[in-house]
Amino acid sequence: MIEDIELETLINEVYEYYGFDFGSYSRASLKRRVNRIYQLDGFAYFYEFLSKIRYDPEYYKHVVDEITVNVTEMFRDPSFYSVVRNQILPLLGTKPFIRLWHAGCSTGEEVYSMAILLKEAGLLHKSLIYATDINAKVLETAKKGIFPLRMMKEYSENYRDSGGKEDFSNYYTANYGIAKFDEELAQKMVFSQHNLVSDNSFNEFDVIFCRNVLIYFDNDLQKRAINLFDESLSVLGFLALGTKETIKYSIAPGKYKQLDREKIWRKIR
Amino acid sequence: MEKDQIIPDFRVVIIGGSAGSLNALMQILPHLCAIKSFAIVIVLHRKSTDEQTLEELIALKTIINVKPVEDKVPFLPGFIYIAPSNYHLLFEKNSTLSLDTSEKINYSRPSIDVSFESAAEIYKNNLTGILLSGSNADGTEGLKAIKNEGGTIIVQDPKSADMPFMPNSAIQNTIPDYVLNIQEILQFILSIDN
Ligand SMILES: C[S@@+](CC[C@H](N)C(=O)[O-])C[C@H]1O[C@@H](n2cnc3c(N)ncnc32)[C@H](O)[C@@H]1O
Repeated sequence: MIEDIELETLINEVYEYYGFDFGSYSRASLKRRVNRIYQLDGFAYFYEFLSKIRYDPEYYKHVVDEITVNVTEMFRDPSFYSVVRNQILPLLGTKPFIRLWHAGCSTGEEVYSMAILLKEAGLLHKSLIYATDINAKVLETAKKGIFPLRMMKEYSENYRDSGGKEDFSNYYTANYGIAKFDEELAQKMVFSQHNLVSDNSFNEFDVIFCRNVLIYFDNDLQKRAINLFDESLSVLGFLALGTKETIKYSIAPGKYKQLDREKIWRKIR
Repeated sequence: MEKDQIIPDFRVVIIGGSAGSLNALMQILPHLCAIKSFAIVIVLHRKSTDEQTLEELIALKTIINVKPVEDKVPFLPGFIYIAPSNYHLLFEKNSTLSLDTSEKINYSRPSIDVSFESAAEIYKNNLTGILLSGSNADGTEGLKAIKNEGGTIIVQDPKSADMPFMPNSAIQNTIPDYVLNIQEILQFILSIDN
């Protein structure tokens, strides 16, 4: 187990050597993640761990990949997707062109879920879905659109609970334990690395998803990220967060209007 | 350096349980009136689908205010907090709660061990951990952590538990300060404000 003071040392060193700032990550979760790597990689002394990170850039990358929590699902929280399907897509449908951004997309399950909704609404052809994360490794997986076959039962149930009427298995090809999703779904996706701590707005969007990413940030960094989304969202655009996240602490009331009980806000001015 | 942080100074009772524990809670909560000097946190294993129902059920059974847990909510004495399904519940030094979707621990998210360990680090001897009925070993490691940090650990008497596995695991692997039946657990909590 590492001590609080050691964690702070690590944060400072990583910033000094690599320019990445974990200083605004929620400490409780960050500490668990760092302890986990420390133990998995069999370190006995903190200074060994620290100097390995300092002098071995490959190891540093591994540490960043392991610190980030990448757990995700297709159609996670079906009621959320049902609101997207029934209330948001019809409003977007009138636009000539639809831009979406998944910030913190992890291995892409959420992005493929969205592409399926767009396809079923007949909107995929005029959409462009940007999907970003800081973790390069998960982006590689996301690009391939290959997910574990054993998850498909749960995902197809989620899909059905979200109001999906098609046969979910039509969207992928099963092969030796993996499910490869249709290339057609990926055609409108653009994957790239983007860091919510330090990178800026890069486009204007009609919908921004950032689900279960802000929980890893402290209040200040949440504010920064939400302001970045605000800058990147067109008026009347939608911001969607995870079921336990809120913009309440970050943005002036009156600028956004919440949809039902879901964590979706519409920018009204 | 880490931002200025005030280490919170109030007592916390954290209650963990799995199968059969809701039953026990339902015999405890209705008898608690206002709690003043401490907060109660409840971490139960639950199906990811029964979203609101646990909060609603518990709110019906108590006159204490049940605060819905969202990420970074202020954590204060006088309230009951319930770990939401599908997230681990963690404690921050600045008296807020945070959530985490990382891997399940002991096949569970929320995991009792995760919350117990996190609370132990911050609330130390101000923390009491209570482990109720259940049929899995989650909670045992967490109780150890609470004990190590100087907190008090209480295990439901397996004879009074619908599912004795979880309390038994704790009794075999830790040295509980008390092994109590449901009535005695209630008395213990009632005595905290006095
Ligand atoms: C728990 S996953 C969420 C996945 C998906 N949005 C969902 O809700 O299922 C959190 C993701 O946030 C990413 N992340 C963490 N810090 C980030 C940062 N500073 N900038 C961009 N992404 C970040 C992680 O790499 C991880 O893939």
